[in-house]
Amino acid sequence: MNSLLSQIAQIFLVVALAPLITGWVRLVKSRLNGRIGASPLQPYRDIYRLLQKEAVVAHSASWVFRAAPYVTFAAVWLAAAIIPTFTTDIVLAPAADLIALVALLAVARFWTALAGMDVGTSFGGLGASREMMIASLAEPAMLMVSFSLSLISGTTSPAHIIGFILGGGIGIEVSMGLALAALVMVAIAENGRIPIDNPATHLELTMVHEAMVLEYSGRHLALMEGAGMVRLTLFMALIGGIFAPWGIATPGAGTAGLALGLGGFLAKCFVLATALAVFETMIAKMRVFRYADFLGGALLLGLLATIFLYVSEAV
Amino acid sequence: MLIASALSALLALALLGVLAGGEMWRHRVVYFCCGLASLVLLAGGLKHLGTTPGTGPEVVLPIGLPWMQAHFRLDNLSALFMVVVNLSTAAASFYGIGYCSHLPEPRRVTPFFPLFLFGMNAVLIADDAFMFLVSWEFMSLASWLLVLADHKKPENRSAAMIYLMMATFGTFCLLTCFGLLAGAEGGYSFPAMRKATLDSTAGFLVVALALLGAGSKAGLVPLHAWLPLAHPAAPSHVSALMSGVMTKVALYGLIRILFDLHGQVPWGWGPAIMVIGGVTAVLGVLYAVLQDDLKTLLAYSTVENIGVVMIGLGLAIAFKGSGENMLAALALVAGLYHIVNHSIFKTLLFLSAGAVITATGHRDLGRLGGLLKRMPWTGAATLVGAAAIAALPPLNGFVSEWLIFQSLFKGPSLPHWAMKFGVPVVGAMLALAAALAAACFVRAFGIAFLGRPRSREAAEAHQLPYSMRLPMAALAALCIVLGAMPVTVTDALSGVVFPLTGVHFAVSSDLGWPWLSPVSSTRGSYSGTVLVMVGLGLFAVTILLVHGFGTTRVRRADAWDCGHPEDIPESQYTGQSFAQPLRRVFCSSLFGARETVRMPEPGDMAPASLKVRLIDPIWVYLYLGIGRVVDFIADRVNRMQFLTVRRYLLMMFATLVFMLLVVAVRQQK
Repeated sequence: MNSLLSQIAQIFLVVALAPLITGWVRLVKSRLNGRIGASPLQPYRDIYRLLQKEAVVAHSASWVFRAAPYVTFAAVWLAAAIIPTFTTDIVLAPAADLIALVALLAVARFWTALAGMDVGTSFGGLGASREMMIASLAEPAMLMVSFSLSLISGTTSPAHIIGFILGGGIGIEVSMGLALAALVMVAIAENGRIPIDNPATHLELTMVHEAMVLEYSGRHLALMEGAGMVRLTLFMALIGGIFAPWGIATPGAGTAGLALGLGGFLAKCFVLATALAVFETMIAKMRVFRYADFLGGALLLGLLATIFLYVSEAV
Repeated sequence: MLIASALSALLALALLGVLAGGEMWRHRVVYFCCGLASLVLLAGGLKHLGTTPGTGPEVVLPIGLPWMQAHFRLDNLSALFMVVVNLSTAAASFYGIGYCSHLPEPRRVTPFFPLFLFGMNAVLIADDAFMFLVSWEFMSLASWLLVLADHKKPENRSAAMIYLMMATFGTFCLLTCFGLLAGAEGGYSFPAMRKATLDSTAGFLVVALALLGAGSKAGLVPLHAWLPLAHPAAPSHVSALMSGVMTKVALYGLIRILFDLHGQVPWGWGPAIMVIGGVTAVLGVLYAVLQDDLKTLLAYSTVENIGVVMIGLGLAIAFKGSGENMLAALALVAGLYHIVNHSIFKTLLFLSAGAVITATGHRDLGRLGGLLKRMPWTGAATLVGAAAIAALPPLNGFVSEWLIFQSLFKGPSLPHWAMKFGVPVVGAMLALAAALAAACFVRAFGIAFLGRPRSREAAEAHQLPYSMRLPMAALAALCIVLGAMPVTVTDALSGVVFPLTGVHFAVSSDLGWPWLSPVSSTRGSYSGTVLVMVGLGLFAVTILLVHGFGTTRVRRADAWDCGHPEDIPESQYTGQSFAQPLRRVFCSSLFGARETVRMPEPGDMAPASLKVRLIDPIWVYLYLGIGRVVDFIADRVNRMQFLTVRRYLLMMFATLVFMLLVVAVRQQK
């Protein structure tokens, strides 16, 4: 029963929290740039404003264009529902593991890319084509991270991985470090952050994600932006949960444990969001064809993380 | 009995097909009856699949070689493949009712279509090497005739020629393979082969020859060269069967030999087959993502999926050879699941390619676009097929890839270093292939069905008859059902793998029905059923929230396109421009991809041009290399043709002496 309540709480928590985290990243970036910046609550207002506006749909768009925002949002939301945030005791934990998580994010990407191509504009195709190129390297990199985590902990389910690490199953492993590096690089690419993509850009030639959602407006745009925010929260929960699992509540934890887990989760999110803002301020965006080096590096790090397990075993 | 009558009916239908002549309704009747016969065979397969695993009923017919009768047997493995084959053939036959009138020369297709179905089904139930090979050739030759259906195009004729050569090579390898399996006593029936023991050299050769023989039919790299030429050359409903089903019959042959007749394949073949599978998967999908021809793209994607299945089979061999029968069963179930899935969505996609060709007359992506609005049924079914082949949950393609990944992740638990270091590399290749497949089908669907039409024919595409749309809808529905209820499928498959691995295997171990949890519940689990239900729930909540908080108004307007929309559809991304980033990242060293841009000087009225040059390394270095060697030897041997009688006699004498010497030396030992 508890696990069902936690699950429902988590489903709504991630959606409620996501705009705040994005707002926080924007605020910290503004401050670092020497601007005052908008309140971290601004994304809530933006989404509400977009929901009130009528949606403009191009004449050439088909039903795929109108369905894509809903499918994308629901897929990302579902993915966020299965990653433990404040407790590992959630009903949906066995419904999907890390492999399914990668695939759920791929569903969102598939529909967003199709939506980009649906209107028949050059920018939509450009965004879709680049996004699929990025994904063709980022997705395998994330699967290799899952592979090394599953070799270390004996499971691909995020809840069990966290349980294993909390249980003191491992000390400091080289492989965990490599996997963390690879996962962070994938997270940057998947969320379209600098140096892969710039969420604030509207300079045509550098757009990736923005180019795909260029034709969206009103509630459709709100959903696409919301999906991006939830995806960012999801990756923070994943990185924070697996590589710094301390504080997260485990099955059988009482109210105090859940409260501690919730506080820990919020703290982790804000630490990671601040780190993201600092990182993005310090670094410049890459040229499109340098992505392959960056993400190919992530893929190799993931592969090395698995192979290092045996090297360290053999030595 | 039912199966036998359905098979004879197919032979009779071939005769009817010859008599059909120019009357279209007769062709339609033949296709309808083919569909019925397939449904009967499908029911027969399903019925047997439900029974407990065993040796199955045997039928002996007094035909074939005089000293040997023809043996047929339906066991669980045959029954599974019978289901796989006849599911697709039923869909393709019913589709043929509407499609045959659009073919240039239906007389050249209708008689051979039932023969092709007969050949494939006969391979599955053959219980001796002779019947197996005869049926195999039946299948090859019937499909060869179908490839030649549109024989007026020179590229189809050369495709058929290459296909015939590769088919001959494949059968030659299988013939030798069965010869080794039969041993010196010549026990050509399958039960006799199972009893025989092979020494290590013969065992090695059997596996290698089976891989070459069945692998050339299935399209393993580098033996795939004929496949993307021949499959698209046939009429689309036949392409669907060649790609979706005939490759599966080839895999049936491989599984039958490696897991059943040979029985004791050493573990070392496992990593080798996995690497072949991984290379096949990655190369296949890279070729696919570069293609502009819809059917060639699908054919290359078949190569990729065969590679994915081979990874599963290789894992199963490695596990079985190391005594881990439970994990071997898991890997085999994963491979078989992918075989079932691929036959369904590849048939669907080829049928949809046929629909596109019928409606527009084009198969080049550069001339399509915007078809989803003109052909909503075909478009929706294709979207399901594309999502399934891109391994997206909750569809069936994802479940089998998930199972293959799960068994792959257990690979390093084996004590061999080749597995510990090799499995992660193969895992990376599989992951890369899966991600590229998604890119490939976003591209194919997005360019053909979305956007604005790129030609007048695409803008005026018309709806197709129900006989063509319903089979596609049925296959799309199957993609959803097989994905949403994975445990039902794996339970059926565990009966098939029991005789091959010797363990009773439950993929839903301790969590119960809708949860797919191989090994154990804490090892990682997946439930398509639950994901679909929760996903639909969240989808509904999203709609309610958005419409509750906001407005539902929609305004239609011109596209924005960052402020400078172009009216001409040529301003859209094309297939080539979509593939450009992938080509640059993956193909510049592998395929030697080079782009040359020619920009005319100011004032020069010549059009600007972008030329892309790609080299197919396997064709250039392997096949053309072999061709050159053969030419060289032929030149040298040519001299022998014009010798005097005296010299010929001298040569015969010298050969005789040499042979006698060999015999003498061997007897000395």
